Amino acid sequence: MKFCHHQLDNGLDIVAEVNEQARSQALAFFVRTGSRDESDNNSGVSHFLEHMMFKGTAERSAEEVNRELDAIGSQSNAYTSEEQTVYYTAILPEYQDRGVDLISDMMRPALRTEDFETEKQVIVEEICMYDDQPPYGAHERCMQAFFGEHPLGRSVLGTVESVTALTPESMRAYFDLRYSPGNMVLVAAGKVDFDRLVEHAKTHCDAWQAVETSRNAPSTLGQSGVHLRVKESAIQQYAVQLSAAPPVEDESRFAARILATILGDESGSRLYWKLIESGRAEYAAMGAYEYAGAGVFLTYLGCAPDDAEENLACIREVFHEVHQEGITEDELLLAKSKITSSIVLGSERPSGRLFSVGNNWIQHGNHRTVQEAVDFYQAVTPSDIADLLAKYDLLASTTYLAGPLTEWEGATA
Amino acid sequence: MQQQLHSHTFDNQLTLLGHTMPWLRSAAFSLSTPSGCIHDPGDLPGLANFSCEMMQRGCGDRTSRQFVESLERLGVDRSASVSTAHTSFGGAMPADGLFDALKIYSDLLRRPLLPEDQVEEGRMVCFQELRAVEDDLAQTLMMELRRRVYPEPWGRAPYGTDESLQAIGIEDIRRFHQEAFLPKDTIVSVAGLFDWEKLKDHVQSILADWRSRPTEIPTGALPELGVRHIPHESQQTHLAIACPSVPYADENYFLARAAIAVLGSGMSARLFSEVREKRGLCYTVYATLHTLREKARLLCYCGTTSERAQESLDLILAELKRLAEGVTSEELDRVKVRLKSTLVMQQESSGTRSSAMAGDWYHLGRLRSVDELSKLVDALSVDRVNAYLADNPPQPMAIVTLGQKPLETPDEILPSSA
Repeated sequence: MKFCHHQLDNGLDIVAEVNEQARSQALAFFVRTGSRDESDNNSGVSHFLEHMMFKGTAERSAEEVNRELDAIGSQSNAYTSEEQTVYYTAILPEYQDRGVDLISDMMRPALRTEDFETEKQVIVEEICMYDDQPPYGAHERCMQAFFGEHPLGRSVLGTVESVTALTPESMRAYFDLRYSPGNMVLVAAGKVDFDRLVEHAKTHCDAWQAVETSRNAPSTLGQSGVHLRVKESAIQQYAVQLSAAPPVEDESRFAARILATILGDESGSRLYWKLIESGRAEYAAMGAYEYAGAGVFLTYLGCAPDDAEENLACIREVFHEVHQEGITEDELLLAKSKITSSIVLGSERPSGRLFSVGNNWIQHGNHRTVQEAVDFYQAVTPSDIADLLAKYDLLASTTYLAGPLTEWEGATA
Repeated sequence: MQQQLHSHTFDNQLTLLGHTMPWLRSAAFSLSTPSGCIHDPGDLPGLANFSCEMMQRGCGDRTSRQFVESLERLGVDRSASVSTAHTSFGGAMPADGLFDALKIYSDLLRRPLLPEDQVEEGRMVCFQELRAVEDDLAQTLMMELRRRVYPEPWGRAPYGTDESLQAIGIEDIRRFHQEAFLPKDTIVSVAGLFDWEKLKDHVQSILADWRSRPTEIPTGALPELGVRHIPHESQQTHLAIACPSVPYADENYFLARAAIAVLGSGMSARLFSEVREKRGLCYTVYATLHTLREKARLLCYCGTTSERAQESLDLILAELKRLAEGVTSEELDRVKVRLKSTLVMQQESSGTRSSAMAGDWYHLGRLRSVDELSKLVDALSVDRVNAYLADNPPQPMAIVTLGQKPLETPDEILPSSA
């Protein structure tokens, strides 16, 4: 494994973790932009723009982009989160040049008005699709309720109304501001010819104009409350719960992930033994997620409506207990073993390494090997967990319920 | 490449498959036992799934908790599922835990505790799964379509019903375990970093003295076919169409698979292009070749808001008709490159390889090397694919819709002899 980095004059970083043993390679553009960088006037634009990036460039029509992605045998996709938009593709090494040429070209889209109007309908379909699926928008709504006016409270998808109101002009303005080369990283992993990668990227990206970009990242511990959305056609009751966790800048995020594994991993955790193995819930799981300036512990529950109250009380009891009594050495060892194994398994494919390398670069501006990532988790001690629990109160949470229940004590709609 | 593939069938008719991948640090196994939901008794649907749940609640001298924790100490990412034909258990892990994990799973197969005092918990888990499926509208739709287009018991889903789950007792589960979990036709498939001879000796020591008994698959009614609407107050209408196709072991399989890929897999596929890209009618649309051992179907799916559902359905039906006219060489070239990329990338994951090998063995009774598969893909030509399509034009045999309103469907969708 060899790590390579090159920066173009306009500020675009090109990074690669080269593995000569790999049989394939993965390429991506990570863009430091997402719903937290939007305003009321352009809610949903980051995600809509992600779709529009596939709709053609000055050189290529939308059909040509799709055909070429398939013609190089790629497995390609993109996603938008609160703070980044990522375009990625997995290909065989012999298609590297064509792959780099294509995705680099895609990063300067035509944003044609007629494509914009057609794709708007697809976005509306996507919003409706999620509204029909568990947990019926509870995750985004819970983020909104927990973060309030903080930028992380902004919805990634937007609403049918906000997306319908978007104009091609506002999208172009957003693009010009956020897709500046200094706000993007070209990332590669696997069997990569780095010199050729830089050479080809240069021909497309050297001319990109740099503009000043910034992000508002105030810190917050979020808000408490209970909210209910009635979804009559649903069979099960769903709940999403958020409480504060370490932000991305804070080294205690490793302890936070270990704590979430002990309490709420999908298998073998405290919530698993109490709620899943007993059949009291369809799922009950917890994870730790970090953003710039703030982090969250996210707990998901899905169960029969009649059991929701008791199950949420049980989750509170689990949180209360860990605040009182902490964790055991054995739980810590088991969590480390699980996390280590999942890092090792996840890193075997170039497409797995791509996201670790890209996320780390865009969040921290450095590279971490698989072993270094494992070492950070292995170094966590019981006293780190105790410090974490002293700082972050798991019981100070926002809960968002969605399902057939029409009433919930203390809940607002 | 060939020397990395191994197979061995023990005297008790259990087959061990291996693909040594020394470039990996992990190993993965897949245990497929021929005890899928086609073996559920007619009056107790869901029994295989309930039994699978109970088998993971302790085995040998391990309690439920010891079973889970000993696997987690080995770093095993575990899975369990019941399909039409199989109950399967899988695990992927850092390679040094492989033999210990296989020992634990041999106990699960042969010596599960099936603890009576946990039957109610197991029943609750099965109820939770059943409820979850009811909230998953796309899955509900596809389950109904498969039920309509395969003869009994091959169109079944594994979840059972409220009544059957309530009726199943520990004696039913113990009997099912005894009768359906047998070495005959069980496949143990391993891929990743390991030594084949040592693996064979290890599996010999833990599974070769397991005794076999014959089993039979019940045969039942022919498929219903036709059109069905499931009313639901959802924003989107979900629609699915099935046509006859050919199974994996058929000599025409790759011709059918390539044609269906042109229709509905990939970003330049006809359905994606016509329904989503040009008209913005949906977010998800695809076509896939669903294969059992003896029968297979071309399945199309689309989720679209109610007022646009009719237009989407009409377009998909028109594309099915147009497919019979053939594919172009550019379309086929793209599909071939994608198929070959998938083959290469499969070798970077022990988990994907172990389940793919188990599939090969079940469908063909032998393993296919990457070289052989590459040659099959290379041999695809426009002439052969189009000749196949001309002889076998896709003809819808069933349509299922789920949403606020039924859609208009063509009159000619009648039961066929598939």
